[in-house]
Amino acid sequence: MSDATIHTPNPQAPQPMEAARLTGDATAEDIESIRKRTSVYVYEAPVRLWHWINAAAILVLIVTGYFIGSPPPTMMIGEAYQQFVFGYIRFAHFAAAQVLTVGFFFRIYWAFVGNHHAKQMFYLPIFNRRWWSEVFFELRWYLFLEKEPKKYVGHNPLAQTAMFFFITLGLNFMLATGWALYAEGAGQGSLPDMAMGWLLALVGNSQRLHTLHHLGMWAIVVFMIIHIYAAIREDIMSRQSIVSTMISGHRTFKDDRVE
Amino acid sequence: MSQIETFYDVMRRQGITRRSFMKYCSLTAAALGLGPAYVPKIAEAMETKPRTPVIWVHGLECTCCSESFIRSAHPLAKDVVLSMISLDYDDTLMAAAGHQAEAALMDTIEKYKGNYILAVEGNPPLNEDGMYCIVGGKPFVEQLKMAAEHAKAIISWGACASYGCVQAASPNPTRATPVHKVILDKPIIKVPGCPPIAEVMTGVITYMLTFDRLPELDRQGRPLMFYSQRIHDKCYRRPHFDAGQFVEHWDDENARKGYCLYKMGCKGPTTYNACSTVRWNDGVSFPIQSGHGCIGCSEDGFWDQGGFYNRLTTIKQFGIEENADQIGMASAGVVAAGVAVHAAVSALKRAQKKSQDKVED
Repeated sequence: MSDATIHTPNPQAPQPMEAARLTGDATAEDIESIRKRTSVYVYEAPVRLWHWINAAAILVLIVTGYFIGSPPPTMMIGEAYQQFVFGYIRFAHFAAAQVLTVGFFFRIYWAFVGNHHAKQMFYLPIFNRRWWSEVFFELRWYLFLEKEPKKYVGHNPLAQTAMFFFITLGLNFMLATGWALYAEGAGQGSLPDMAMGWLLALVGNSQRLHTLHHLGMWAIVVFMIIHIYAAIREDIMSRQSIVSTMISGHRTFKDDRVE
Repeated sequence: MSQIETFYDVMRRQGITRRSFMKYCSLTAAALGLGPAYVPKIAEAMETKPRTPVIWVHGLECTCCSESFIRSAHPLAKDVVLSMISLDYDDTLMAAAGHQAEAALMDTIEKYKGNYILAVEGNPPLNEDGMYCIVGGKPFVEQLKMAAEHAKAIISWGACASYGCVQAASPNPTRATPVHKVILDKPIIKVPGCPPIAEVMTGVITYMLTFDRLPELDRQGRPLMFYSQRIHDKCYRRPHFDAGQFVEHWDDENARKGYCLYKMGCKGPTTYNACSTVRWNDGVSFPIQSGHGCIGCSEDGFWDQGGFYNRLTTIKQFGIEENADQIGMASAGVVAAGVAVHAAVSALKRAQKKSQDKVED
């Protein structure tokens, strides 16, 4: 690794942050650090908004979905016509699912009209040899076999793989099975039935479809654990910002080395 | 039976006057939502249409479909068998036996090629060349194929013929195979259930005779009029489900109050059948009404979904018997533990790197 910087030097520039420096807010080291650190605008506002709405919807779906499989203890608020506990749990599940669905379609739309990074989640460059070696590089980083990770603007290749399988394919699976199950209540000939009813016929038994949907939920839970852990760990240990990027949209780099 | 009688002939023979017959035709038209112009058309059909011959064969089964069928109240099985259809072969209901019975079968197939309905109760086992089910000295699968060749349509009675049922349960030693996987070139109506509701059985036959066509079927080939909704959708305990009031134990207060059996493994929410509307034994009751959950007997694979008393399906693919929650929690737990260890190692590595950097500085 060379000591060369990717930043073009600009010696003519005047001393930066004069005010902050004179009031004792910015030190000489701070100024030196600022010269090295840069940021790229990666995640546009609609992508960030989608991420957080999606996260909230998934959280609601997991909690209510778990309760639909294993209902809470019987509650005796009143007669059956006076309480609607399980009905509200199911309503929350269906409502969050509709938000998730609309969001997912919007996200696909944004892959077309948004920036380059908005597309990364939807494909894997599996025919690119170099990409594969980068996947293994990142894997070695997670196995503590590499001293230092590389810098990435969007997802690193390993994260891209996880996103593709758990979110692009995983959410599609959950949406398809979920809507097929919803179609049962909506009734034959309804819109959900016309769209997804064929899946129930393909799987054969609704009980089996329920089980597949339920296992899918746990796959999402596993993804959530890994995703949140990796985001926090990389925020601390990698050479760029991670968590704040999904809030501000800016990826900030911590050094100016070339690779 | 040289000449097949028409419906009208049979009715007259049973002492029904022409006037009553015409009344019956107008009532039928009204019941079907048709205008007065259809009355003479129905009368004409009844006067001229020969009764449809039906061959009813039995494979691997327990005869519960036949038992159910003969208990039909609306219409009475007697009326279906004696006046509506010409049940020419049914080895459990017919008087003839042995060679006579086989002769009746051959006779009907010969005489009404392409015009008879084949009703199949049970299914053919295919292992060992079908030797697990022998009818008239030959494997049942051969009789089925022969009878199906010239049939106009096939009715698959019950879960056996429709899906395989318990004899097809894993590991399915006899390779019991549902009818639609053996006969590929005929229209097949599935009337699943173990057994199907009597009125559903006779209703399907009545529909086919009256309109001379198959009833409208869903994607799985079941008649929509009886199988388009889940038991859950019309269950009289549904308000308790929505309220979140469940039976927690078989002997608790909630069970006595008739709360929802969802937690006791009731398969009503995943079962398409007419039990909660048509009910059984002339509308007397149905499983949920008698306090027991639905076991989903009219669904494909109901015999291999784990316990009848568990809400979540037992999954055996992992060698041990678990349900989705147990598998999911175990994987989530393993991943979480892995993450914790990984985080600890990461922190150590980072601390190590920091002290090294300090030394290098």
